Amino acid sequence: MPHRLLLQRSAFAAAVLCGAPALTLRALAADHPALTLYSAQHEQTVATLVSGFEAETGIHVRVHSGDGPEVASQIIAEGSASPADVFFTENSPEIAKLDEKGMLAPVDPKTLAEVPAKYDAPDGDWVGVLARENVLAYNKGMIAPDQLPQSLMDLAKPAWKGKVAVAPSDNDFLPVVKAVLVAKGHDAALAWLRGLKANAKIYDDDEGVVAAVDRGSVATGIVNNYYWARLQAERGPAHMHSALYHFGHGDIGGLINVSAAGVLKSSKHQQEAQRFLAYLVAAKTQKLLADNTVVFEYPLRPGVAPNPALKPFDELQPPPIGVARLGDDSGVVDLLTEAGLL
Amino acid sequence: MEVAARPPRRLLAAAGVGAALVLLPIGLTLLRAAEVGGPRAAHLLFRPLVGELLINTASLAAVSVVLAGILGTAIAWFVERTQLPGRRFWAVLAAVPLAIPSFTTSYAWISISPDLEGFAGAVLVVTCSYYPLVYLPVAAALRGMDPALEETARALNCGPVGSFLRVVLPQLRPALLGGMLLVTLNVLTEFGAFALLRFRTFTTEIYVQFRASFDGPAGSLLAGVLILLCLLCLLAELRMRGRARYGRIGSGTRRAATLHDLGRARIPVLAGFALLGVVTVGVPLGTVLYWLTQPGAASITPAEVSPALLTQATLASVLYGLGGAAVATLLALPIGFLATRYRGPTVTLIERTSYLTQGLPGIVIALALVFLAVHYLHLLYQSALLMIFAYGIQFLCLAVVGVRAAFAQAQTGLEDTARALGLGPAAVAWRVMLPLAGPGLGAAAAMVFVSVVTELTATLLLAPIGTKTLATQIWADTSTLAFAAAAPYTALMMIISLLATWLLARRFGQSRVRLATSSLA
Repeated sequence: MPHRLLLQRSAFAAAVLCGAPALTLRALAADHPALTLYSAQHEQTVATLVSGFEAETGIHVRVHSGDGPEVASQIIAEGSASPADVFFTENSPEIAKLDEKGMLAPVDPKTLAEVPAKYDAPDGDWVGVLARENVLAYNKGMIAPDQLPQSLMDLAKPAWKGKVAVAPSDNDFLPVVKAVLVAKGHDAALAWLRGLKANAKIYDDDEGVVAAVDRGSVATGIVNNYYWARLQAERGPAHMHSALYHFGHGDIGGLINVSAAGVLKSSKHQQEAQRFLAYLVAAKTQKLLADNTVVFEYPLRPGVAPNPALKPFDELQPPPIGVARLGDDSGVVDLLTEAGLL
Repeated sequence: MEVAARPPRRLLAAAGVGAALVLLPIGLTLLRAAEVGGPRAAHLLFRPLVGELLINTASLAAVSVVLAGILGTAIAWFVERTQLPGRRFWAVLAAVPLAIPSFTTSYAWISISPDLEGFAGAVLVVTCSYYPLVYLPVAAALRGMDPALEETARALNCGPVGSFLRVVLPQLRPALLGGMLLVTLNVLTEFGAFALLRFRTFTTEIYVQFRASFDGPAGSLLAGVLILLCLLCLLAELRMRGRARYGRIGSGTRRAATLHDLGRARIPVLAGFALLGVVTVGVPLGTVLYWLTQPGAASITPAEVSPALLTQATLASVLYGLGGAAVATLLALPIGFLATRYRGPTVTLIERTSYLTQGLPGIVIALALVFLAVHYLHLLYQSALLMIFAYGIQFLCLAVVGVRAAFAQAQTGLEDTARALGLGPAAVAWRVMLPLAGPGLGAAAAMVFVSVVTELTATLLLAPIGTKTLATQIWADTSTLAFAAAAPYTALMMIISLLATWLLARRFGQSRVRLATSSLA
């Protein structure tokens, strides 16, 4: 009876069809997490950290990744129902924004004490973990080191037309814009961005900028040192066509970006979350971050030597704009939009 | 066929669910865009960037549509109308790119040369990926065309080129223009391919806005503009589809067209087809094979490839594929049944509404659902169920086309007989309709399955915390330029897509696959 067979088959098919979503849900809801980490840090860094924490404490961590401003806005939109326990971000302005809204719980003073106070939240609601330096990557075949600009502000001058790359939509570009805004005011910042818009080749992210500079599509690019170090690790130093230029004399271009973490007030796992923060700045963890070949950020705990591929931390000449003066990232996106970069 | 005057209310309600779900993200996006308010909206809309995006999108659409139109028509003509050696083989090969996800094609090219970033690369990838959307309908039109007109033209001393331009081409116009509009629609809705090529369009910019402010107003404004562009395109396509019949009076017997002898031109044409195969199929597959043999650099890979991670990602992709296929098919069942068995303005409205999804970019649906869930449906927020429903909405059109075809093939006579013999409507549906339409419904579900497995945008925005699928892994690796690390995931995705499409074509014949793919957006 072909009909009967067909009927059986279709009944089976219907069962499979209806069972699939249920199965999916069960399979994917299987892990009951103890701690939820909202991360805007690089996934490699977070993967290294999380596996270390899980091994040490037995506390399972599930990670949600995204860009800094995105994840911060997401936590604000989620409000007190946010599943996030810990927010770990690449740049301080995003976490400062949550702090201003009163969404963070105070960090355990012992944890704060592990890192120099100038890298922590002034009110003690988040802790600095790692740092990166804002730099100018340049193609060695296209521009001589003595032609490089004294100041980041110079890149907006007409002489730099077509010679500079930026990634305005990369969250690592926002702190330096905020720094210019803080140091020079709204009008000067807007004029600088308009100049950049006229001069710059636009890329989606810092990965795109360093790759473009290295292959010779553009002479220079504003990035964080992290991306260039990573490209060098991938290609090998012998195959690099580019190098890093560090802005000196306290120029705004040499800004230090602080990657920070905080505990959400709404978290139902305060104790475990504080433990995660303590783990982030512990000597063992900071050494783990400094000694591997995937992270390339400066550990903020004193006495831990950074990756030898990076310029020694004490030789950097950053501008006198700390995390407190930098504040949140308010106004930056509007400014970029007004200048036509976003 | 006896057409009942009025569809049962319960059936209408069931079909209405699918239509309502389609209108939900559209309405929500337009509402949110309208909420932004006059001066701020004007400020956000009339800025240089939006103009840049319009120019980018329009120029890409213009160039690639013309290229795809020429390429698709030429391939169709050579395959259908000449004595090209191995033309059956070429006919299949030329359709294969549809089964290769366009963002993997994009990955292949950009990993060969970063110089392909931007406009040139975008034209290349779009043309290579979407010319079959022109080729398939044009080939079908050529097959269905009465050769008598063409022969008459030739007999009246019109040359081969002249008779093609003056007689064949005008008859191809509906199919050709319809195909070209589908290419345009794909240019408007594509995200992954352009993001990897760092070519800025509306979809990539909406994603940038999402990264900058989660669910901010600028994103919904851009989404609103994109929806309007897509609807415009879709409307044009629907009009074109309505006119897709070229009049032919009388139903005399039609002969098969005489196949032109290519003569000495055979060699260059064959070389052209070989080149086409290399560029559209060889390069994507070959590049992935190459990267599979390269060691992945740990320094740039977000997560190092491991067998456990590969299994996890594949399993997640397959499960979501099944879930999405189930939801889309279930939503499409009442719509397809309604459309084949009843007439009336409500029926037409519901069916047409489901077709809107064809022009609804994944990122717009995802953004609307994220907004809805985070503010009003917290229970569904970050849930697998929400993601499955997003797929169900996104691919509803695909499912409806398949379901409709399945029910249209089932003879209504058998239903009537069953009713006359005393079975109730539910029993008829279960014991007669489902067995008859079963295989066709399976095909519809399978098409949705393939689309979900290769979907990127909605997955990126809606994946529950910790969920990794093949698409999200490829995205994470390629956006940090870790091409070797992305290769295993890409290979698996291509295998699933090619295998499923091949099984589908074998089981149901090319016509069904064509029917479905030609409505794929």
